[in-house]
Amino acid sequence: MSATATTGARPHLDRLGRVWEERPGLLGWLTTTDHKRIGILYFFTALAFFAAGGVEALLIRTQLIGPNGHVLSPAAYDEVFTMHGITMIFLFVIPMTTGAFGNYLIPLMIGARDMAFPRMNALSYWIYVASGIFMYVALVQGHAPNAGWFDYVPLASKQFSPGNNIDFYGYGLIFNGISSTAASINFIVTIFKLRAPGMSLNRMPLFCFAFLAVAFALLFALPSLSIAAVFLELDRQLGFHFYDAAHGGDPLLWQNLFWIFGHPEVYIIILPAFGIATSIIPAFAHRKMVFFPLVALAELLVAFLGFGVWLHHMFTVGYATLTTVYFAAASLIIVIPSAIQLFAWITTILTGTPVFKTPMLFIIGFIVYFIIGGLSGITLAAIPFDQQVHDSYYVIAHFHFVIFGAAVFPILGGMYFWFPKLTGRMYHEGVGKLSFWLTFLGTLITFFPMHIVGILGMPRRNYTYPPGLGWTLLNFIETLGSYLLTAGLVLIVLNLLISRFRGPEAGDDPFDGDTLEWSLSSPPPPYNFAVIPTISSPYPMWDKEDREADRQRLERGEGLLDAGHLTPATTAQDAVADEILSMPAYSIWPLASAVTLAGVFSMLLMGHFFIALGFIVLGVLAVFAWHHREVAAG
Amino acid sequence: MLVLSLAGGGLITGCSPQSILSTHSPQAHNIALLWWWMLGAAVIVFAGAVVLLVVAYFRRGVAGLPFVGEREGIAQSMVLVFGIAVPAVALVILFSVSDIYLIRQTAPPAPNSTRMTVEVIGHQWWWEVRYPGSAAVTANEIHIPARTRVNVVATTADVIHSFWVPGLNRKIDMVPGRRNRVLLYASSPGVYRGQCSQFCGLQHAHMSMYVVAQRPAAYRAWLAANAAPASAPASAAQRAGQAQFLADQCSSCHMIRGTAAAGLIGPDLTHVASRMTLASAEIPNRPAWLAAWIRNPQAIKPGDRMPDLGLSARQVSSLVAYLDSLR
Repeated sequence: MSATATTGARPHLDRLGRVWEERPGLLGWLTTTDHKRIGILYFFTALAFFAAGGVEALLIRTQLIGPNGHVLSPAAYDEVFTMHGITMIFLFVIPMTTGAFGNYLIPLMIGARDMAFPRMNALSYWIYVASGIFMYVALVQGHAPNAGWFDYVPLASKQFSPGNNIDFYGYGLIFNGISSTAASINFIVTIFKLRAPGMSLNRMPLFCFAFLAVAFALLFALPSLSIAAVFLELDRQLGFHFYDAAHGGDPLLWQNLFWIFGHPEVYIIILPAFGIATSIIPAFAHRKMVFFPLVALAELLVAFLGFGVWLHHMFTVGYATLTTVYFAAASLIIVIPSAIQLFAWITTILTGTPVFKTPMLFIIGFIVYFIIGGLSGITLAAIPFDQQVHDSYYVIAHFHFVIFGAAVFPILGGMYFWFPKLTGRMYHEGVGKLSFWLTFLGTLITFFPMHIVGILGMPRRNYTYPPGLGWTLLNFIETLGSYLLTAGLVLIVLNLLISRFRGPEAGDDPFDGDTLEWSLSSPPPPYNFAVIPTISSPYPMWDKEDREADRQRLERGEGLLDAGHLTPATTAQDAVADEILSMPAYSIWPLASAVTLAGVFSMLLMGHFFIALGFIVLGVLAVFAWHHREVAAG
Repeated sequence: MLVLSLAGGGLITGCSPQSILSTHSPQAHNIALLWWWMLGAAVIVFAGAVVLLVVAYFRRGVAGLPFVGEREGIAQSMVLVFGIAVPAVALVILFSVSDIYLIRQTAPPAPNSTRMTVEVIGHQWWWEVRYPGSAAVTANEIHIPARTRVNVVATTADVIHSFWVPGLNRKIDMVPGRRNRVLLYASSPGVYRGQCSQFCGLQHAHMSMYVVAQRPAAYRAWLAANAAPASAPASAAQRAGQAQFLADQCSSCHMIRGTAAAGLIGPDLTHVASRMTLASAEIPNRPAWLAAWIRNPQAIKPGDRMPDLGLSARQVSSLVAYLDSLR
């Protein structure tokens, strides 16, 4: 909006800028409650963990480049593949999608000035960082979790894993779960209550539907994981027997609890990718999404049905056939809402006038890989076939097409797509396309042969394999593919990094995007919207009269809400203006609270239970301080 | 790329002893058949979707669909047909064939539907094999009669393992507190490779075994021989080896039926020389390999439960002489 701001608007904008200004420098980043800055913090932190998880993946692939490899010892391999899983799922994908993309974009897309709970938002971030560091301290010490990210008992019990490796996992996940729980509550309230007047649910962008579905899925799935981890630590630390078959417990209790979380988790990972796809496709196909309401419904259905399929991770544990058949049926039913979205994307592209620029190419890659991963997923719902290839490389191929191909490709496309919005500069299109093709081919060459090597009987999680089983050549190809893939990813980072400083000016809306973030200056001002926009369709940027009306209201200084950190709240369904909320300003206490929590978990890990209690008391004091006095705003 | 990989995979399948596609039983054969049908259907779906994307690319300057133009109703119908109707039909067919019909063949065998039972017990990191009704005990090598339905009872002594012989049937997990079962049937005599497929710790990668399907007469002879106690040492070197075995730590973990060695932690060695491999199919069972294994098992399977005992070369060679006589 600044680009179109005239002299009449300038004083209003200056005043809003002063009201929403945060502290300068490093202190500003440590105390920020601005959802955009928190989003950026999430982005760089998640990117760092992506790099760590990527190095782990390269170590795994290099170890397996030929039979009887000796790059890693068996013990090191177990730690590396476990940390690869934990990192990519808990420290990269979820923080990247909900933390970075969701935080930065949701308030901008719904016309809000911040998230509903800005300080809790900061708290979520700091807990996430602390839990990530917590688990990586384990790797640095050589005590990283080593029973896989799925951490099956009794291998993970005190008897078979006496070191504290598994405790880093148990406590780390409980710790990390607090962050995701707080974040999902924040998303739900933000999406329901802070939408701009007129943005009734049926006018909400599909991106926001996807994140709403994710937030609900996280909120209901995480308790299962946290309880599983609490039981694990009770077994390990205090000699309980939740999972101990010899004393009336059941190791399958862990598997059930873990996958009741773990399968919704898969949709938690992929739904934001769907959301990103539904943002990029209309912009580049120059048309509205085909069948908007059905796609919105399908997004919500996927998240809901995702809670009823967990046993398909356990078809080989020996449960009765009838039990497994139910879950196979549920797993097949979930194909339908996925297929609805898939063909809605394809039809939108087909009937539009698509331009295949870099972000769109990544979405095409995503569609292709989602089909491959989806089809191999369907084969795994054929129980006898699943019971053959379960825990073989076939499954690794399947879920890497889903998680890397279908979830990470939109993240990469989204990085290109919103880069001009964040930086005000344009990435290099030619290098962008090259980076796409490297990434696309790298993914195909790395993961496609894994289907075959799995069919040829190679089990997962093996630190090495013998020659003579027909696996050697395929593994060699996979490893070369992983190097190509790495080159593609590095090129993306270089492209964006160099364009950040050397790229040409991008303007406010370089792609003719359909959602509200494109109405703002690039980068957006701290207060986001000078006047809260009025919404009359799910494609507000294509409603030119509405945006012109916003501009005129700004000229007249109407509805600025500049008497403090103010943003309007609306009704949950119809988005009728409800009240004006006064949002809290920057604060150091979210960071302080996260530090005390880190103290609690570190002390629990070391077995100093009373010192942990001391940190809990400190945490309570920090929360008091947090609520004691608002920092005077403006 | 896809085609090349598939063709490459097809070529390799022929010489891959653990492939789910080189089948030796009706169960494995039907699963492989299911796979080929699913693959065919998947290729059609994939090709169809890619064709739509290719059409989208070549018509990128033109809005609307070929022939019908910009009609939202038809675009929506496409979503309904390809997103709901077609998958619904395909999925019902798949579900019926696989999860209602085929699953009966791969389900655990009904009680009393099998002639014999074998107990396989997973250990970190080897397989113990017992034959109820017989004293025979062996390790990492499951002898069964060919063309006979065998009920395998799969249990574990420690963590979760998974029993998987892809050429014969689906896998089954070995879970503490459960007695899981799976059918084993070999259409013809032969040796079929299997491997643990649930991560079970440091040496999960080296936990393989063989199923040896024999003609019924040969199987009966094998079972009788294996049920017998160990033969007495015949030469001086063998006697020295036995004394060494009983005096040293060997006997605290290993059993040799007919001697004082009654350990229950490692594999039963009563007829160790009759086995094809050592260390869960990691190394061939030849004197030189046996010596290398006894001298330094940690070099072959780092983290294995069998420790380096620090034996002298002479002690090792007498142990090898003795163990190699246990046919």
